[in-house]
Amino acid sequence: MSAIRDFFASRLGIISVGCFIGVFAALLQKWGNPGNMGICVACMERDIAGAIGLHRAVVVQYLRPEILGFVLGAMVSALAFREFRPRAGSAPIVRFVLGMLAMIGALVFLGCPWRALLRLAGGDGNAILGLAGLVGGIWLGTLFFKNGYNLGRNQHTYASVGWLLPLMMLGLLTLRLMFPPLPDKDLSGILFYSLKGPGSQYAPLAVSLGVGLAVGFLAQRTRFCTMGAIRDLILFRQLHLLSGVLALLAAAFITNVILNQFNPGFTGQPVAHTMWFWNFAGMVVAGLAFALAGGCPGRQLFMAGEGDGDAAVFVLGMIVGAAVSHNFGLASSPAGVGPYGIHAVIISLAVLLFIGFTMRQKIS
Amino acid sequence: MSELLDARGLSCPQPVLLTLEKLRSLSQGELVVLVDTDTSRENVIRAAASLGWQAKEVQAEGTDYRLTLKKA
Repeated sequence: MSAIRDFFASRLGIISVGCFIGVFAALLQKWGNPGNMGICVACMERDIAGAIGLHRAVVVQYLRPEILGFVLGAMVSALAFREFRPRAGSAPIVRFVLGMLAMIGALVFLGCPWRALLRLAGGDGNAILGLAGLVGGIWLGTLFFKNGYNLGRNQHTYASVGWLLPLMMLGLLTLRLMFPPLPDKDLSGILFYSLKGPGSQYAPLAVSLGVGLAVGFLAQRTRFCTMGAIRDLILFRQLHLLSGVLALLAAAFITNVILNQFNPGFTGQPVAHTMWFWNFAGMVVAGLAFALAGGCPGRQLFMAGEGDGDAAVFVLGMIVGAAVSHNFGLASSPAGVGPYGIHAVIISLAVLLFIGFTMRQKIS
Repeated sequence: MSELLDARGLSCPQPVLLTLEKLRSLSQGELVVLVDTDTSRENVIRAAASLGWQAKEVQAEGTDYRLTLKKA
């Protein structure tokens, strides 16, 4: 057990896991997921919000099993390696709002950091602007860290606090099994299903769930985090997490080339728009929100699987943020930003700066 | 007498940030860091190593860890 633990904590361990995620993300696209969206935590949580009717954007409604797998796989890993630590109480309302704002920003760009990498690996040049925005947002976050920003300490708590989000995911899985997609029906029991658009494109349930569980398990072991990769580089000049992220990018690129899924260019890219400034600005918002919350959206799912109730609140904030984005016309589409997307970016940035500037009490 | 840093309950990157700040101010000697997650344990040890500090002892205390960092 200790040899396995040491391997995953090593540089080779995180590079191996980055390669695994890159290869299987590209394969998920081959197996049915939308273009350059083998894995996208933001898009997949947005689709889940649609599947349970929190928003009614008919092209993005599907209960993505990958997300359930991420949380449950991380939980299995945390339990197996005795790392399940129920904890909560570090400014939960702030974490909820950070989750919402992160999702709002990500949906202006159309993707989380994972998908930004996968879009680049598929040849989508617009992803360069998104990644530049992500780096910019995280850089802003590091300035706040240097000036004493923190959300305060969490506390050990009841085991049931740590169990709640994994149990919710099990509940969603039960719904998915009880109400499977029906041919040409947009409603199965209480679940909504897209008949066209990205929500109608998905790999088989067992494949999506299996890859999700494996990624959740491996990412929990290695602490894989796309935001942390950039933050640690800027703040500490550390390359550990970044090596995993670069491995993901390289592995996805090579797999895409082999599968004939690499199509370089800026226009006509799958589930993407070409409004470069808003691609950049949307990810500044998302990057800053992830930095202030201490993890990228994937990492928040894995921490929630380890029993972190505050990360679970961030996840729920993201799902609600997706509903708000689509209900209020904030989310982009391949045609460009939504009717209120630009307003949303400006307001979100203002709220993030408010949080960053005002929560700077020195830790006693 | 070693210095003590309590980083329990803090989110990333606070435990590493505080440890590095403390290690830079000490430049050598011994620092005890308390953390409460395995992620923080690994991150603090890795960051300390980058400044030439070694984890002399890693003790589990209930659900927490007591890390003794040393530099001669």
